[in-house]
Amino acid sequence: MKLKQGNTEIVKQELWQDKFRLDLYGLLKKNAVPILFAVICIIGSYFAKLPLKFLLNFIIIRMCRNSFLVLSLIIPVLAGLGLNFGIVLGAMAGQIAVIAITYWEIKGIVGFALAALLALPLAIIFGWLTGMLFNRAKGKEMIAGLILGFFANGIYQLVFLFFVGTIIPMKNEYMLLSTGVGLRNSVNLKGIHYALDKILEVRISGLEFPVVTIVCIIILCLAIWFLFKTKLGQEFRSVGQSRQIAGVSGIKVDKIRIIATIFSTVLAAWGQLIFLQNLGTLNTYGSHVQVGTFAVAALLIGGASVTRATIGQALLGTFLFHTLFIISPLAGKNMLGNAQVGEYFRAFVAYGVIGISLALYAWQSSSKKRTVEE
Amino acid sequence: MEEANRTEALNVSNIITAVGYPRLIICSFLLFLLISAALLGLPLGQLVSSILVRLGMNGILVLAMIPSIQSGIGPNFGLSLGVVCGLVAATLSIELDMVGLSAFAFSIIVAAILGSIVGYFYGLLLNRVKGQEMTVGTYTGFSVVSFMCIFWILAPYKSPEMIWPYGGDGLRVTITLQDRFDKVLNNLFAFKLFNVEIPTGLLLFFALFCFMVWLFMRTKTGLAMLAAGSNPRFAEASGINVNSCRIIGIVISTALGAIGIVVYAQSYGFIQLYTAPLFMPFFAVASILIGGASIKKATITHAVIGTFLFQALLVVALPVANEVVANNLSEVVRIIISNGMILYALTRKEAGGDEVEAG
Repeated sequence: MKLKQGNTEIVKQELWQDKFRLDLYGLLKKNAVPILFAVICIIGSYFAKLPLKFLLNFIIIRMCRNSFLVLSLIIPVLAGLGLNFGIVLGAMAGQIAVIAITYWEIKGIVGFALAALLALPLAIIFGWLTGMLFNRAKGKEMIAGLILGFFANGIYQLVFLFFVGTIIPMKNEYMLLSTGVGLRNSVNLKGIHYALDKILEVRISGLEFPVVTIVCIIILCLAIWFLFKTKLGQEFRSVGQSRQIAGVSGIKVDKIRIIATIFSTVLAAWGQLIFLQNLGTLNTYGSHVQVGTFAVAALLIGGASVTRATIGQALLGTFLFHTLFIISPLAGKNMLGNAQVGEYFRAFVAYGVIGISLALYAWQSSSKKRTVEE
Repeated sequence: MEEANRTEALNVSNIITAVGYPRLIICSFLLFLLISAALLGLPLGQLVSSILVRLGMNGILVLAMIPSIQSGIGPNFGLSLGVVCGLVAATLSIELDMVGLSAFAFSIIVAAILGSIVGYFYGLLLNRVKGQEMTVGTYTGFSVVSFMCIFWILAPYKSPEMIWPYGGDGLRVTITLQDRFDKVLNNLFAFKLFNVEIPTGLLLFFALFCFMVWLFMRTKTGLAMLAAGSNPRFAEASGINVNSCRIIGIVISTALGAIGIVVYAQSYGFIQLYTAPLFMPFFAVASILIGGASIKKATITHAVIGTFLFQALLVVALPVANEVVANNLSEVVRIIISNGMILYALTRKEAGGDEVEAG
C-alpha cells in the first residue's frame, strides 16, 4: 500500500516536471548537443568545400552503413543498462559469419543471408554471456562492457591469428598469411560486396539510394517502435526506470536485462554485416574495435543520454556524426593545412562527446540523489 | 582474518583464498613458462634481467593507482592525462637541448608540476561524477590523448631530433633518446651478478617512490584520505573534507603517472607520442589488480607484486611463444590477461579486497 502511494507520488512529480519542461529554454537546453553539432557540421562543410551532391552521396552511404549499428544501442539504454559498449561482441559475431561464408565462397545475397543466419546463434550466445556479466557488475555496466570489448578482442585475435590454420583447419592462400597460420590483416569480401545495396538502387537527381538497405533500416525502426508497445517492451521500460520496483511487481529483472543485451548484440551483428557488405573489405583485426565507441558517440550526438534514447535521436546522431566524419579531414586540411589534424579532431570529438555526456549524466544523478536525501 | 589464515596454513582452501585465484593461476602459468623456457634452453639470466628492468620501468605507473584507489576514486583509468604531461616534459627537455641526468631530472620535475596541475582539474571533474569515475575517466583520457595528437602536430617544436626530417608537420611518432637520457637510471650503479644485469639505479628510484608513497599514506593527510576512501560518510562526520581528499589522491596519482612515463621512456630509449598513451592506463590498472588489489583497496605490496608478475609473464611468454608458436602472441596474451583481470575485479560480488571476499 505504502509502495503504491510512493509510486503515485513519483508519477505526480514527473508530470509536474514535464509541465515545466515544455518552455523554449528547456527545448533548447534539451537539444543543445545536436544543435551544437549541427553548427559545427555547417561550419565544417563550408570549409571542406565539397560539392553538395558529393557530400550528400557520402552521407547517404554512411547513413546506410552505420544506422543499424547505432539503432542496436537503443534497447539496452531503455532497459537501464546504459550505453552498451559490448556491441563489439555482436560485431565480432557478424565478422566470424562473414569470414565463414567467404571461406566457403558463398556469394551474393545468398551468402549475405547465410551470414546473417550464422551470426544469429553466435550473437545470442555472446549477448547472453555479456548480459550475465552485466548482471554481476550492476551499476558498472558501461565500464564492464568497454573492458569486455577489449577482452573479447584479445580472444578474437588469439583465435584468428593463432588457431586458424593450426587448431581450426583452414586452407586458403587469399585469406591466410603466407605461413598458413592466421588470417590476413584484410580480407577481400568481393563475394558479398554490395550484396544488399545493389539489389535495387534508385537514382534521384544524381543521388543514389540503396533502397533495400534503407528498407531494412526502416523495418528495424518500426520493429523497435513496435517492441516497446508489447509486454516485453513495457518490461524493458519498467526495469529501466527502477530495478527495485520492477522486481517487486514480479518482473524477473536479471532475465529481462539479459534479453535486452541479447537483442542489442544480435542487432549489432547484423549491423556489422550491413557495414561490411557496403565496405567490401574486412579489416580482420580492426573493423570491430571502434564499433562501440563510434556508435555510442553517434547516439549521444543525436541528443540521447545514458537513460534516454529514441529512434529519431539515433538517426539524427548518425547523420551528424558521419557528416562530421566526412568533412573533418578536408576542413582540417583547408583550415590548418593538415588533414591529420581533422582526423584527430574527430577522434577527439567522438571520445569527448562520450566523456562529457557520461559526466553530465553522473553529475545529474548525483545531484538528484542529494536532493532526495535532503 | 589474515592471522586466522596463517594459523590454519595447512588448510589448502584457506591458502587459496588468501592468495586469490587470479594470482594462483598466473603464478602457476608463470612457473610453467619458466620451466618451458629452461627446457627450451633460453638464457635465463637475460630473462631475469629484463624482468627486473621492466619492473622498474612500469612500477611507478602502477604505483600511481594507489592514491586514487585509496582515496575512493577507484583505479585511475584517466592515467593517460598524467602520461601526456610526462611526454610534454620529456619533449621539452630535448627542445631545451638538455642531456643526461640533468635532462632526466628536469623532465621529472616538470612532469610532476604539470601532472599536479592537470590532476587538480581532473579531480574537480571526478568529484562531480561520483560513482561513474571509471567510465568518465576512461573517456576523458581518450579524448585528451586525441587532443594531444593535434598538439603534437601543431606545437612549435624546433629541435631537428624531434620533428619530421622532410617537410612533415609536427613531431615524429617515436623520438629516440639515445643522445639524451636513454637508460641514465638503468646504467646508474648497474652491475652483473650470475649473468644477471641488475639495473640498480632504476630499482632504487622505484624503491624511493614506493617508500615515499608508503610514507605519505602514514601522514595525517594520507590517513584522512584512507578514511575518506573507505567510508566517505563516516569520514565526513568526523570532520574530514572528503572532496579535497579525493583531489589530493588524484593529483598524486596523475603526477606519479607523469613521472612514471618519463622513467618508462628513459628505460625504453624512446618517447612514444600520438596514440601510444591510449591504452597505458589499462595495463597499469591490470597490474595492480593482478597484485591482489581490488577497485577499493590497494597497497604498495599489491603494486610491486602485480607489476612483477605481469611483467615477468610477458617477458617470459614472448621468447617461449616465439619458440613454440608464432610471434606476436605475447601482445595478445597481454590484452587477454589485463582486460580479463579488470573484468574479474569489476564483477566481484564484494569489491572490498581479498579479505572481505574470503569472509
